[in-house]
Amino acid sequence: MTRRRVLPGLRLALGVTLLYAAIIIVLPLGALVFKAASLGPEDYWRIVSSGRALASYRVTVLSALAATAFNLVFGMALAWVLVRYRFPGKRFVDALVDLPFALPTAVAGIALTTLFAPNGWFGEPLAAIGVTVAYTPLGIMVAMAFTSLPFIVRTVQPVLEDLDPALEEAAQTLGGSDASIFVRVILPLLAPALLAGVSLSFARSLGEFGAIIFIAGNQPFETEITALLAFIRLEEYDYQAAAAIASVLLITAFLMLAVTNLLQARALRYTARG
Amino acid sequence: MAAARASTRPPRVGDSPSVRRALIGVVLVVGALFILAPLVVIFVQAFSQGFGVFAATLAHPDTRHAILLTVLTAALAVPVNTAFGIAAAWAITKFDFRGKRFLLVVIEVPFSVSPIVAGVAYLFVYGLQGLFGPALEAADVKILFALPGIVLASMFVTAPFVARELIPLMQAQGRDLEEAATSLGASGWRTFWSVTLPNIRWALLYGVVLCNARVMGEFGAVSVVSGNIRGQTNTLPLHIELLYHDYQTVGAFAAASVLTVLAVFTIVAKALLERQGAGRARRPSLAGPAAKPAGGKA
Amino acid sequence: MKIRLDNVVKTFETFRAVHGVSLDIDSGQLVALLGPSGSGKTTILRMIAGLEYADGGRIFFGDIDATAIPVRDRGVGFVFQNYALFPHMTVGENIAFGMKVSKVRRSREAMAARVGELLDQVRLSGLADRFPSQISGGQRQRVALARALAVDPKVLLLDEPFGALDANVRRELRRWLREFHDQLGITTIFVTHDQEEALDLADRVVILNEGRIVQQGTPEEVCRRPDSAFVMRFLGDAHRLVGKVTGGVAKVAGGTVNVDGPQAGEVEILVRPGDVRWGEGDIPASVIRIIDRPDGRRLLARLDDGSDVEIDTPPETAVASGDRGTVRVMRAQVFPLRN
Repeated sequence: MTRRRVLPGLRLALGVTLLYAAIIIVLPLGALVFKAASLGPEDYWRIVSSGRALASYRVTVLSALAATAFNLVFGMALAWVLVRYRFPGKRFVDALVDLPFALPTAVAGIALTTLFAPNGWFGEPLAAIGVTVAYTPLGIMVAMAFTSLPFIVRTVQPVLEDLDPALEEAAQTLGGSDASIFVRVILPLLAPALLAGVSLSFARSLGEFGAIIFIAGNQPFETEITALLAFIRLEEYDYQAAAAIASVLLITAFLMLAVTNLLQARALRYTARG
Repeated sequence: MAAARASTRPPRVGDSPSVRRALIGVVLVVGALFILAPLVVIFVQAFSQGFGVFAATLAHPDTRHAILLTVLTAALAVPVNTAFGIAAAWAITKFDFRGKRFLLVVIEVPFSVSPIVAGVAYLFVYGLQGLFGPALEAADVKILFALPGIVLASMFVTAPFVARELIPLMQAQGRDLEEAATSLGASGWRTFWSVTLPNIRWALLYGVVLCNARVMGEFGAVSVVSGNIRGQTNTLPLHIELLYHDYQTVGAFAAASVLTVLAVFTIVAKALLERQGAGRARRPSLAGPAAKPAGGKA
Repeated sequence: MKIRLDNVVKTFETFRAVHGVSLDIDSGQLVALLGPSGSGKTTILRMIAGLEYADGGRIFFGDIDATAIPVRDRGVGFVFQNYALFPHMTVGENIAFGMKVSKVRRSREAMAARVGELLDQVRLSGLADRFPSQISGGQRQRVALARALAVDPKVLLLDEPFGALDANVRRELRRWLREFHDQLGITTIFVTHDQEEALDLADRVVILNEGRIVQQGTPEEVCRRPDSAFVMRFLGDAHRLVGKVTGGVAKVAGGTVNVDGPQAGEVEILVRPGDVRWGEGDIPASVIRIIDRPDGRRLLARLDDGSDVEIDTPPETAVASGDRGTVRVMRAQVFPLRN
């Protein structure tokens, strides 16, 4: 017996959802996996472990880590300032945080490149102290940090807003200093949100393309990110290599997804389930 | 005692003036350099050779075509994704069925996948070396390096936008209102239009605005499937890249300023919608705690 | 409308919420489904409404098998626990909703007139243009009721109708609902976990536990003749003594309790505070605590076998904590002992 439903529309809504998800999401990713799988283990391994590919992983992962670390500190500070303090222009700053999401990545790419180019607003003074950002791994880091900044702010902000003041007050009545209350009470309560923000930010950085290719210089082995390598193989009509490298990005994305959920499930143990 | 009286409430953690000033100062300075400066530099560059050059770039047929193509793509992809988002949210929040959590994960996959991967994946479906490529070629149907490919890739990238705004909200609202409407004799459509929709409209609009911004600005996925044919399959972001690499910096920034205005509009719309309560209900993660059945309480 | 449930079963995932419940409700009755949380009472109500479908058994409305009739066509008025008022519609629009979506066409004037009439009936005239967020909890409850009544339901179903209200409002609304029901004469079923509410309001009380009906009857029947220790305890304060019966007398903790009925052997004896006297009888006890209340003193006494009883005494009773004396059980319910 098929279970009857009280509210109408399941068949239509679920049908549309499944059909669309199948055609738009599952089919292409399946085709990619199929293409990569048709390579055979030896060829696949040779492509994905080539020196150039390995170098691209290193550049991508290290830059993403650095960008995420920067965002962890700056994003946390931004969220704290936006929630805890009142100051003129706060609403403007709050809205501005969303700019990296709203600004197309190509636009962000050329804007950052222009700023950090040797003759740019930031590039020139930085060059004077011997720091080059554009066309170096530092540039990749800057682009990644810019495009993924809102993640940490926007995941921490609501949790910080909802934090029960009584917890802090309790810690104060027990004689904790501001620093120790922050470290021992507030930070642990923010940990799940921070973790979520960090993993989203890191995942986004790993996959970022548009903003990076303008500022990176794109030298193989030096400043070539993995996404770009897949793109280059495509332009060279080396479809199999493109499929293999794209599949590495896809697998990484799934792994990130799994790790995120696992960490979150652990972190959410003591928070009320809503 | 006098010092403690100065403020209406006792200081909370981090309220000491030195900490407060230092944090606000650092955030404002870094924010200005890191977020505001890129925004400013776009317009400075766009107008660096006067308004005439700016206007001429925008008036160029290739730029105008790129704008048109971008708008057309959004006009196709956004409504389809909106319909999908509503259907998915309705199915997921108003019913219990097996595989629901898996479906939630699938819907959110495009968020975590690099746009380049999306582009490459579409190539292997509709490209000549893909699943349907040869058949499509034989039938003389052009999907890749043409509008359909651009629209499809854009739809992939933005598939979750509307759904993920609606699902947490509709989850939080439960099923009581729909059940009440149904018990009063309303049909399914009637229930949706006059009971569900009015209560999700801001979140829906919020999702649509974000979806639209992303469609119009999408670069990676579209650059793989479009073929970058100037004046034919170049969307605005691709056109910006082309101009930039042609050393037409002013042109590139003029085109970029159009998308930047869109971005600013998006942010303002987002802030206004958030004041209506949109964008609040968020799941902690995509496959977080399973949706609780709303019925079946004893 | 008569309602009949015949061996109705409901299972959620692996949890069986309702085990074969059969129930007859006469036309025009006001019936309470009473039980602790998890007893299946709301599930039964939702199945009668058609908001859940039964996995087994049948539900009849009069002579019609309504088991498979969708909620939309079942013609029930359902008042949700948190009222489920449409937040974007005014009070008037909420009440008119059922008429607007009805297959029966009504003129705008007819609908407005009916809304006005209902608002009068629930004593909310003048609030038609307010939004649900602008009125009090008690008012919302009455709007929900008016909305449910607007479609002329055959049966009115209320899920914990007073659950979300303050104690004062609750008492007042309860009395009002009883009068209102008597005026309308519509078959009404409500769910509650509050025994006082059920006894106060209902013609018949159906007591549920763990998905089964444990007893049903008029308030008098369930109060005077509870047929299980569960019902006895659930309906009010009761303390449990254990004794052995021979020839109509139970030996309890060094004293005796007179029991009527045919029981013999090991029994449990449930007593209510009002049915125990201090300073009479032959069961030795010590007063442990005294609780003074507006209407008397309640003594907490411990018998020599370690069991406790509570005793309601007049306010002027002279007694102190630690006093030793005897107690007498005037009236008790006796059940065979099960461990």
